[in-house]
Amino acid sequence: TLNKISSSKFDTPSKRDDFEDILEERRNSSDLRYALKCYTPVLYKGLTPCKVSELKQMVLQSDQLGYVITQVSKEKGMTTDEVTGDAAAILEEMAQRLQLSTVRFFAFTLSKVFKTLFRSICVNEEGLQRLQQAIHNHPVVLLPSHRSYMDFLLMSYILYTYDLALPVIAAGMDFMGMKVVGEMLRMSGAFFIRRSFGGDKLYWAVFSEYVKIMLKNGYAPVEFFLEGTRSRTAKSLTPKLGLLNIVMDPFLKGEVFDISLVPVSISYERTLEEALYARELLGVPKPKESTSGLFKARKILSEDYGSIHVYFGQPVSVRSLAESRVNRSQFNLIPRHIPTRPSEEILSFVNDSAYRLVRAQEENMVLKPWVLLAFVLLQKQAAEDKQGTALDEFTEQAVWLRDLSRHYGLSVLTRSAITPEEELLNQAVVILSCVSYRNQALNVFIRPALLASAIHTAASNRKQEIYNGFSFLRNMFSNEFILCPGATVQDFEEACYLLVKTGALQINQQEVLITERGHRTLAFLTSVLDPFLQGYQVVCRFLCEEDCLTEKQFIPAVRKFIIKHLLTGRLRYIEVLSSDLQKNALAALIRLGAVQKIKGYVGFTHLRVPCWFDRLSGYPTLTPMPFKSVVAHL
Amino acid sequence: MCCLCNTKRAMCLLTCGQSIWVCLQEIMKWNGWGYSDSKFLYNKKGQAEFTGKRYRLSGMIIPGLREWMESTFGANLQHKTPAAPILNSSAVQPPTLNEAFLKELKSTGIPFSHDAEDRVFRSHGHCLHEIFALREGKIGRVPDLVVWPNCHNDVVKIVELACKHNVCLMPYGGGTSVSSALECPPEETRSIVSLDTSQMNRILWIDEKNLTAHVEAGIVGQDLERLLNESGYCTGHEPDSMEFSSLGGWVATRASGMKKNIYGNIEDLVVHIKMVTPQGVIEKSCQGPRMSTGPDVHHFIMGSEGTLGVVTEVTMKIRPMPEYQKYGSVVFPNFEMGVACLREVARQRCAPASIRLMDNEQFKFGHALKPQVSSIFTSFLDGLKKFYITKFKGFDPNRLCVATLLFEGDREKVLQHEKQVYDIAAKFGGLAAGEDNGQRGYMLTFVIAYLRDLGMDYYVIGESFETSVPWDRVLDICRNVKARIVRECKDKGVQFPPLSTCRVTQTYDAGACVYFYFAFNYRGLSDPVHVYEQVEHAAREEILANGGSLSHHHGVGKLRKEWMRETISSVGMGMLRSVKDYVDPNNIFGNRNLL
Repeated sequence: TLNKISSSKFDTPSKRDDFEDILEERRNSSDLRYALKCYTPVLYKGLTPCKVSELKQMVLQSDQLGYVITQVSKEKGMTTDEVTGDAAAILEEMAQRLQLSTVRFFAFTLSKVFKTLFRSICVNEEGLQRLQQAIHNHPVVLLPSHRSYMDFLLMSYILYTYDLALPVIAAGMDFMGMKVVGEMLRMSGAFFIRRSFGGDKLYWAVFSEYVKIMLKNGYAPVEFFLEGTRSRTAKSLTPKLGLLNIVMDPFLKGEVFDISLVPVSISYERTLEEALYARELLGVPKPKESTSGLFKARKILSEDYGSIHVYFGQPVSVRSLAESRVNRSQFNLIPRHIPTRPSEEILSFVNDSAYRLVRAQEENMVLKPWVLLAFVLLQKQAAEDKQGTALDEFTEQAVWLRDLSRHYGLSVLTRSAITPEEELLNQAVVILSCVSYRNQALNVFIRPALLASAIHTAASNRKQEIYNGFSFLRNMFSNEFILCPGATVQDFEEACYLLVKTGALQINQQEVLITERGHRTLAFLTSVLDPFLQGYQVVCRFLCEEDCLTEKQFIPAVRKFIIKHLLTGRLRYIEVLSSDLQKNALAALIRLGAVQKIKGYVGFTHLRVPCWFDRLSGYPTLTPMPFKSVVAHL
Repeated sequence: MCCLCNTKRAMCLLTCGQSIWVCLQEIMKWNGWGYSDSKFLYNKKGQAEFTGKRYRLSGMIIPGLREWMESTFGANLQHKTPAAPILNSSAVQPPTLNEAFLKELKSTGIPFSHDAEDRVFRSHGHCLHEIFALREGKIGRVPDLVVWPNCHNDVVKIVELACKHNVCLMPYGGGTSVSSALECPPEETRSIVSLDTSQMNRILWIDEKNLTAHVEAGIVGQDLERLLNESGYCTGHEPDSMEFSSLGGWVATRASGMKKNIYGNIEDLVVHIKMVTPQGVIEKSCQGPRMSTGPDVHHFIMGSEGTLGVVTEVTMKIRPMPEYQKYGSVVFPNFEMGVACLREVARQRCAPASIRLMDNEQFKFGHALKPQVSSIFTSFLDGLKKFYITKFKGFDPNRLCVATLLFEGDREKVLQHEKQVYDIAAKFGGLAAGEDNGQRGYMLTFVIAYLRDLGMDYYVIGESFETSVPWDRVLDICRNVKARIVRECKDKGVQFPPLSTCRVTQTYDAGACVYFYFAFNYRGLSDPVHVYEQVEHAAREEILANGGSLSHHHGVGKLRKEWMRETISSVGMGMLRSVKDYVDPNNIFGNRNLL
């Protein structure tokens, strides 16, 4: 069966580069020699080489920082020397200390670790060649997807292997908790930023100047995660804009000719944190990163985590992104070293670019067969099919699904019976792990799924009505999935095109018609979105029943509410237990103005509720429920 | 040549016998830069040579030029693109004449001509596309008539007649425009009359008490300087085009001179302007050195680019001729250091008469233009210098750049000044590199326009353009514009890497003037001029995006009009528009520049 399903090219579609396994050579030759090899990467052509200490001096002496130091010293009544001292301390805490010897140490140990953990680490060599060219021509920003702690070690490991310039990496301060490891990471190029520094001008100035100076001088490629944190669900997170804003700034202000942004897609067959994530989403607190914790994690060494695919995407030029989009002369009238809040134009440009880049990451992900089977399995589970699935039927479904999406897959998972709460949660761990497989392919289906759901609920075949439904759904789920802002029409057209292409729909000027053989596709696609729809509905219902809540109370309370509904069978999708979905639902409702947040409390605004509720009740999966009006909490 | 022109020539001989300017077009190229007798060519041995007797480089062999051209552009002596040798008069459209105007004009006795050659000569400036078309023998819309007023009153008469008969007037000075300012608007249906000011070329008086001279606006730069020098004075206004450009043209475009650090730009030099407009003559009632009488009306005139009227007479500041002049040069390890040095010189306000910084490409270019050395000794010395700079001082020959200097004034002060500047330069790693290099740098300015004609004989086209920019942006703009040119050429299918180079030519308290040269080999392109224009357009966009101005001294013309609104805002445009509407409601001065 496996062979049958694997018979089409799924891992390497033709438009993509081929992959090479870098572990293969590691298994056949000396790791020590590899770690001690001659390392002479191609550097940026405009680079004036400098030491780590010189870099710090450049930051402290920069006009940008100088301006903020003067400002802060006036505000706080401190001398500039004192503030400069503070700035130096911040920089000390932050700065990387890239050292080749440490890199060699990691190259050696990681070789050993990787060989134990993974069957293969596959990279597209053409992408690396493009990267080399990009590093030579322009300052480079590496933007890997973030699914695991492994990501940045893996990135540096690959770049070292291919004799490419090692990046400096923006890492969260929480790593610093791990004393020895934190310092080791620092010496392999990580620099540490606090998770939040809201109004701290000085911190922001030091941080942004530090990043910009490394970038502008071509000191090293700068690497950070657009998603800000590891995605616990394997679905891409909505991008964070802060660092992207910083790295684009030197181009927008004319300090460099161009900057190359390189999206990197890292696909794990199985992340090391798999079970951890599911627990975390279900409310078991996240273990603090500590060295001893890492030791305990040793047991994972005995497991098989399959293979990793790392795809270095086409470098994206900031200049071409900004072309006819941003008027750079807006920076002509204020000295460039004075920090200014970015204009609406710039913010929306950065935002759109961020979405484009995350989309680029998604598109180059390599999907494993399991991913598609996860769809089938989860839908089966939800359909209360307690019999288990016959392998034949399963295969048939998988093959069908593969043909549908031009992908393939197989996996077997047994389910336990659902009885008490604890068992529900145990089962949920399995389900959420499974969900995180399915989610990897969700971006492929999301647009058609939105369309299918819109068709499903529309009262007529009229195209306009379906579009309205589509637009509504799309808007509602824009916190959940990567849906580029303002691209509703394109997305709709793309979805239509795909469904027409697979013969599921016929579309003319006015109407959308489901073909005979289209029912299956549409049913599948509707089911793809169904858990999310139900999840959002249940969150809505929960908020309707609650009078007042603080944000902190929200997750535990809604979880309790959902468990109750699951146990009574009124809700079928266990994955709704994921706090990620719950948070997104809340964020969406706040964004859409259905819920107001007042001094940390959340609640429905009185007027909007009925309309929202009606809209959602239109979906047949919801069991009708008496509606109770809720007063917004002031 | 028609009889009227002959009359005019005879008259020229009478009125300005002192000038070599008998009849401009007789001794100048009709489809290239400068004097007919001066040009670069490759002789039978394949060596580059500069003909004529007018310049320091004239009659010399330039051994390095060929290799430089071949290696920089991928040009080849085998691949020639010769120009059409003579003007084919039949290619020129017959003139659209306004008979009533012509009749009354004849009665005034002011010389005029509708000879094809006369008209074509005044139909263009020196933009690449203009010269390229002429070389290919392509003639577009040209003026229908040329008139040669002899004095202010002649101009008054011509403007009155033009208003009466609704004829379009286009003032013509030296014809050195590089902004498409002299191009006849193709949509113009009226008869277009080119008003050539070249006969108004007298110094009317010199006032030694106030150090001013009252001069007719048609005089060209070199004549003005020569005549003033005879009385022991100079204006010190020396734009690179001064051999051919006229005083009226300087006023109309807000020109800038090489030695502005001592003498000022045209706006600093002008004391009084007389201009004839359709509404009458505009001038001030006195020659006070500064006035607080509302916005200065001179500033409506300066930079008006011939859209409001004809400048006929100008009172200008003059200075005693400098006692002593000295050239100099400094080599810097890289362009960044050079710019930092210029900035420091500007900060200390001790800039010499002229200070210019060439980038590495231009340094090499200047090197390629070294004439053949006469003795073994000189070549030995050159070798020694090179060794000292690159080997002993460790300068990278692919990064170093050179600043050229010109000091002027009392001998003692010049020497003192020189020391001050060299001391500053030393702080930025600069090494004094001799007078000769400096002087050659300035000579280059005058011959570079001739060099473009040589390039065009061998598939190479190019142009220069300029901007002004705040100090903190100088390095960024130089890097980005040069890189943009290279990228655009590549994107537009140019087969060979282009020459993309710049220099900082003027320093101010708050910024600098930057000049870009850009040229490429167009073999393999079907429409090279279009490609060229696209690249230049992109380069200008890049300049504006990097905080540079639309122009420092070339002006706007029709070439850069599209960016005027964003440059001076809609209100600013409205202000200029309302001046135009009042002064010239019927658009008699219809060259359509600027607005």
